[in-house]
Amino acid sequence: MSGHQNGRQSVRQNGAVQAAPDRWKPHGALAMRRRFMDRLATGLSLTATCVALLALCSILLTLLVRGVAGLSLVTFIHSTASPGMNGGLANAIVGSLIQTAVAILIGAPLGMMCGIYLSDYGRGWMASTTRFVSDMLLSAPSILIGLFIYQLIVVPTGHFSGFAGSVALAILALPIVVRTTEDMLGLVPVALREAGIGLGASKWRVIVFICLRAARTGVMTGILLAVARVAGETAPLLFTSLGNMDWSVSLAQPMASLPVTIYQYAGSAYDDWVQLAWTGALLVTLGVLAINILVRVGFGRKGA
Amino acid sequence: MDGTSHASGEAPGAGSGGSGGHVVPDGAAGVMAAEVMVAGNGLAGEDFTGPGPARGFDGDRLFRGLVTASGIAVLALLGGIILVMVAGGMKAFSTFGPAFLVSSVWNPVTQHYGALAPVFGTIVTSTLGLLMAVPLAFGAAFWLTQMAPARLSAVVGMAVQLLAAVPSIIFGMWGFFVIVPLMARYVQPFARHWFGHVPGLGALVQGAPFGTGLLTGGIILTVMVTPFITAVMCDVFTSIPAVLKESAFGLGATRWEVMRNVILPWSSKAVVGSVVLGMGRAMGETMAVTFVIGNANKIGWSLFAPGNTIASLIALEFPESPAGSVKLSSLMALGTILMALSFLALAASRILLGFAERREGRQ
Repeated sequence: MSGHQNGRQSVRQNGAVQAAPDRWKPHGALAMRRRFMDRLATGLSLTATCVALLALCSILLTLLVRGVAGLSLVTFIHSTASPGMNGGLANAIVGSLIQTAVAILIGAPLGMMCGIYLSDYGRGWMASTTRFVSDMLLSAPSILIGLFIYQLIVVPTGHFSGFAGSVALAILALPIVVRTTEDMLGLVPVALREAGIGLGASKWRVIVFICLRAARTGVMTGILLAVARVAGETAPLLFTSLGNMDWSVSLAQPMASLPVTIYQYAGSAYDDWVQLAWTGALLVTLGVLAINILVRVGFGRKGA
Repeated sequence: MDGTSHASGEAPGAGSGGSGGHVVPDGAAGVMAAEVMVAGNGLAGEDFTGPGPARGFDGDRLFRGLVTASGIAVLALLGGIILVMVAGGMKAFSTFGPAFLVSSVWNPVTQHYGALAPVFGTIVTSTLGLLMAVPLAFGAAFWLTQMAPARLSAVVGMAVQLLAAVPSIIFGMWGFFVIVPLMARYVQPFARHWFGHVPGLGALVQGAPFGTGLLTGGIILTVMVTPFITAVMCDVFTSIPAVLKESAFGLGATRWEVMRNVILPWSSKAVVGSVVLGMGRAMGETMAVTFVIGNANKIGWSLFAPGNTIASLIALEFPESPAGSVKLSSLMALGTILMALSFLALAASRILLGFAERREGRQ
């Protein structure tokens, strides 16, 4: 007891000798170095964050400054035309919308089924291999997908087509939907499944009408993110839907798309084409970022 | 719940299903239990192979077959990609033999093609990109997870993720119209002025100030892969058990010391995995690099010299390659090499990140 009291007293004495206990700042070389390292790390990591933000701001600013000038009615109702012919982007915008929609119509159901397989049916090495492969496809170079579809569809059919482009985009959308579907089905409470089973529903009904319904916000998130991803893809379309200067909505013909048009126009020597490229870039970026913000803010609020 | 387990437990022995009513004394409840039991046959269908009593077709097996087929389809997709790419490149491989890999010639006139120059460009640009991206991503993840106030962290974190969502062609345009002039006007003359006469370093900065080149490609890749690596690192850093961090803080460690001595050792594999993932992404990046790489098939020391990457060479040369030609086959062969490189990197990163996920799952 007395020893304890002694200890406490000496602590108090030490505290009094050193400094005020709440802002205790030693001045030894080691302490100075540690504090310096900490400040340095703090400063550097703040700088790193700022550099990333600066890049984003620079991209958005450049797009706004250069792209807004071309936002006129003509851009939306005229198709692409020769330089000086007052062309617009109508065929590219519609082509992008069609190809993205068809890609999602192909990719999303397949991805959802694969996600269901991974979360509810898959076991053993096959499921883990499928998961592994799907995750790899998630980051696979999109240009490879383009070459693959070129060999698979364009060469046998003998011509470039909007359909080939859509299939290439579907392959890119697929792994995103697989991933989110599996994750979201995993979050559905077991009690919900049990309730469904308890009511006598068969397994597939439980999955489709109870689990998938409960997870629909999350699955929609995945599908929207897939839309955002494929809407801006260029590389796979270069070898599949090729691009088209004229108005065409046929999936069997080469089809224009915003990213490919941007690619063709940005490097050209004509001012009006470059202007259209910037406007197209602004449209694509705004669309893609709007979907992303919508998904993240909307979903974040619901998740919390 | 109880009724269900009874029903499914008894189902195979119950035959017609009507006799299950004795489990619950009450008549009405008994009928319900019987119904549950009949349906229970469907849900226990994995084991129960006989025909469902009085239910006929239930769709469970069809559904099971359907989703399994879609799983197999994903596997087949990867197999198909590998097969098609290798088959497409076969002509080039058989024409040039192993020399294709070590030859740096790319001459459409003499129909002689080699892969070395674009492979060199791919590896140099993605390495340069990663050298800059890793410190940036680490710093951003450190700040976002350990230092920033929660609200600010959420907003800034989202902004960084938006950077990842920007389509790659936009990065290309931005690089071409913003970064390239910067490089040509300031960075390159500056570098040549200061380092041009230093032995060793001098070779790295030679060349006319075009603004395009390997380093510019690396810078664009840095901006593109930083958000990816940041996202993975943030996930990893937030998944560390709070006890570990708090005990280190309790011992008086600074934030940097906690990061250096606690968080990094704990998450080292996943951090390496995130870097390798960034490498895989950087190697396969096409459009952004195509704008700024300069399109020249040569190998040199200079960081400012125009070069080429596999992906950008494919994108640039494809329109001039007729179907069935040796040139197209050479492009496919290059694609095969790119596929091997990036799939290796992606597989390695999945395995490394898998370690971390498994550890999390166990806790």
